[in-house]
Amino acid sequence: MSADLSHLAIEASDLVKVFGATRAVDGLDLKVPAGSVYGVLGPNGAGKTTAVRILATLLRPDGGQATVFGHDVVREADAVRSRVSLTGQYASVDEDLTGMENLVLLGRLLGHRKPAARDRAGQLLEAFGLTDAADRQVKNYSGGMRRRVDIAASILNTPDLLFLDEPTTGLDPRSRNQVWDIIRIVVAHGTTVLLTTQYLDEADRLADRIAVIDEGKVIAEGTPGELKASVGAGTVHLRLRDRTQRPEAERVLSRALGSPVQMDADPVALTARVSADGDESRAAEQASRALAELAHAGITVDDFSLGQPSLDEVFLALTDHPADRGPSTDEETAA
Amino acid sequence: MSTATETRAESATPYSPAAETLGTVLAPGQRPARPSPLSASITFGWRAVLKIKHVPEQLFDVTAFPIIMVLMFTYLFGGALADSTRDYLQYLLPGIMVTSVVMITMYTGVGVNTDIEKGVFDRFRTLPIWRPAALVGAIFGDVLRYILASTTIILVGLVLGFRPQGGVFGVLAGVGLLVVFSFAFSWIWTMFGLLLRSEKSVMGMSMLILFPLTFLSNVFVQPVTMPGWLQAFVEVNPITHLVAAVRSLMAGQPAVGEIFWTLVAGALIVAVFGTVTMRLYNRK
Repeated sequence: MSADLSHLAIEASDLVKVFGATRAVDGLDLKVPAGSVYGVLGPNGAGKTTAVRILATLLRPDGGQATVFGHDVVREADAVRSRVSLTGQYASVDEDLTGMENLVLLGRLLGHRKPAARDRAGQLLEAFGLTDAADRQVKNYSGGMRRRVDIAASILNTPDLLFLDEPTTGLDPRSRNQVWDIIRIVVAHGTTVLLTTQYLDEADRLADRIAVIDEGKVIAEGTPGELKASVGAGTVHLRLRDRTQRPEAERVLSRALGSPVQMDADPVALTARVSADGDESRAAEQASRALAELAHAGITVDDFSLGQPSLDEVFLALTDHPADRGPSTDEETAA
Repeated sequence: MSTATETRAESATPYSPAAETLGTVLAPGQRPARPSPLSASITFGWRAVLKIKHVPEQLFDVTAFPIIMVLMFTYLFGGALADSTRDYLQYLLPGIMVTSVVMITMYTGVGVNTDIEKGVFDRFRTLPIWRPAALVGAIFGDVLRYILASTTIILVGLVLGFRPQGGVFGVLAGVGLLVVFSFAFSWIWTMFGLLLRSEKSVMGMSMLILFPLTFLSNVFVQPVTMPGWLQAFVEVNPITHLVAAVRSLMAGQPAVGEIFWTLVAGALIVAVFGTVTMRLYNRK
């Protein structure tokens, strides 16, 4: 639990942002150690993007305060701006311009003279595998290429802190892996990354620490290991042959696992958490015991699986309400 | 889980990020000095020019629209008001040039409104640069459109028989004053572009302001022919002073008072609407 608090990239306390009747950010506290990847995990509408926009000086908070490398995001916004970059959820490049023009434009705005800006743009396009697409308008790029030119724009002057707002949402698996690799390389060179995501496995793979946020507040914080242990080591998914046996199966399962059982929309399906204090081998043991008890009670199970907790289940565990996610999201870790 | 569904032809060998190549472009701590306000604004102006280069059709409204305006009003009113279209053109042309260019300024608001909704403005607003640069640059780009529209009208006018007494210098001075005023006037539209929700509402609001402002002036007829209450409005309308000033310059007899009031009006518009625009921009 002991992050080095003497060297913080971000320190936010009691941040509030209200839009009309909605409290998008509602008392958010955050401490992000420098030199790490910090994951902010939450469903659509949890306040992730609003929080990032406040920290990146795009929105003024209605309450609380935040500093980035010791500079106040409202009073010393320019000092913050000179040290951070943002790659937003939607392309933060000009889609009407070519990749080359975008990077030269940004280089000029960051103070490079024209020849230097052109050289730098060329190097970045090369490093991001976009040399062939340099003279094409960004609107004709694939999703993965767009994301790459966006990140290239963000590191034109290597920032001390890089905000990545849902960098892989909507990307195909290969492009997602490319973005993950890029993030790892950028962090290895000393840039702190704050990453927002809806995917537990993305936060799990990349982040050194994770804050889970819901309704504008941090509801859990820690290393991925700590977080998973608090939620449980796994999740059991069951499909029964006979739907009339479901109430009985629920009783048996909740007794065997000692945790609440969720009735899925599918009338023969059930989902339950296996806590086992985060220990995966003990979780497997508990799950097989539960399966044996079901057989003993005469309940026929057609399909059985034990997987990592999904974001939905993390939410269910932490908030007692399911993550209300948009229709555009892909399936979670299908285990 | 198959990744072979990628149908877009990116390149023969898929990109894979390499630590060595990416490492060479990562240089923490190296930052050039920030650009001056003027340099940043000119860079944003260059962005506007690049957009025109990629979508040249957007120049249609600054070429076709002014030509239609000149032809329409010259032949519509010329016979009735001055017995001859050629005589009327000497009076009308500077005014119709002002009307067309001032009307074109509203596209500044439409442009800001659509542009600001896109993610790229998030990036601009996180840059450590002079805050108004993005908007000043956008208006620089629009100034090119104003010059193009003015040139088109002058050329059409010359073909139809417009013979300005002020000569080349007088015409250039008139166009120059109009462009300076339009630059100032554009800040009204940046404000509406930031204030209103949609492109349509920006257009609607622009029409509501532009029609009375351009028609209730001395563009088409002498104000002495109007009832007293209307003359009172026409007298304070900055467009009236602008038209009088441009007319006087093109006629080779500069009316210093009218030029002065035009510049004062322009400065006031920038002071008021520029300030409101930047407040809205910083809050957005």
